[in-house]
Amino acid sequence: MNKLEFSSIWVYLSATPLLGLTLTLAAYLSAYALYRRSGYNPLLNPVAISVSLLILLLLATDTRYDDYFDGAQFVHFLLGPATVALAVPLYQQLGRLRALLIPIVVSVFTGICVAAVSAVTSAWLLGASPATLLSLAPKSVTAPVAMGIAERIGGLPSLTAVLVVSTGIIGAIAGFRIFALLGITDDSIKGIAIGVTSHGIGTARAFQASPEAGAFAGLAMALSAVGSALLLPWLTAVLGFGR
Amino acid sequence: MDILIGITTLLSYQLMGESIVLLLALPVPGPVVGMLLLFLTLLARGRVGTPLESTATGLLSHLSLLFVPAGVGVLVHIDMIEDEWLPITAALILSTLVTLAVTALVMKWTQNLTAGGNENR
Repeated sequence: MNKLEFSSIWVYLSATPLLGLTLTLAAYLSAYALYRRSGYNPLLNPVAISVSLLILLLLATDTRYDDYFDGAQFVHFLLGPATVALAVPLYQQLGRLRALLIPIVVSVFTGICVAAVSAVTSAWLLGASPATLLSLAPKSVTAPVAMGIAERIGGLPSLTAVLVVSTGIIGAIAGFRIFALLGITDDSIKGIAIGVTSHGIGTARAFQASPEAGAFAGLAMALSAVGSALLLPWLTAVLGFGR
Repeated sequence: MDILIGITTLLSYQLMGESIVLLLALPVPGPVVGMLLLFLTLLARGRVGTPLESTATGLLSHLSLLFVPAGVGVLVHIDMIEDEWLPITAALILSTLVTLAVTALVMKWTQNLTAGGNENR
């Protein structure tokens, strides 16, 4: 096939949702296969690898993000039902949630505040613009909720989505090293900390460590989603950055 | 059939959540209200049921896939990120490490405090 024919086929296909959707799934599957073959090396995080693959491909073929997103939106849409689905592990962990209620509530509340305040103040000290600061505030919250919060407080929802994914990847890579350094061995503590900090990507990482860590991470992510939606508009206003 | 029942349940709760948020002008995203409603329903019903359980488990086991389209969105903001790469990168790394450590330590201390009264370790 000569180059001209290939590029005209690409132009035709990239105008349909089929290409973006298939590329997203294929990139994730290959990134996940690589991750598994490496023995789940945190540095080869499947989200980071598949996002990089797709960006290189879009840049190389001069495809616009909007055209890609026409197809990828079908995957993106599932974030909503996935958030609702968190009620199921939450309900299944009810017994342990009750037993550890006070430590969980205190640490999730602390985590929400520390995540937002440390991100916003350090970026402010380094001279970030107000739009960036407000987009950073909900960066530890799961994507659909974080984007809703960003919109409400005056950030850019699509920039927030990128910051949320980056936070997830950093937490998934660093989380278990930090716990080892601090001498933390309890799976419930690891799960809560990584779930509050790194939402769904951290939860996916915690499930690889143990089902218990994963369940607690899912629980922390769900609690933090609710708590952040209520707390962050108020917190950014108190810090003097909100609307 | 199971997956059809499961996904319809999840979407219905999301729809209810979105409607309540619009009607009451709540400061919370719709899916979060949907999750709370589903959680309350499960509490009242006392069990999850196979269709919902298998759908929820399937959806949540590939949760990280769902973040990929949003992550590729970095392309749209490439100029802004180029201008402010230092504050953004530093804030993300610093804040993530600090939050991980502080949350883990707070959880450890409060767990020791609350368990201290009735447990001898």
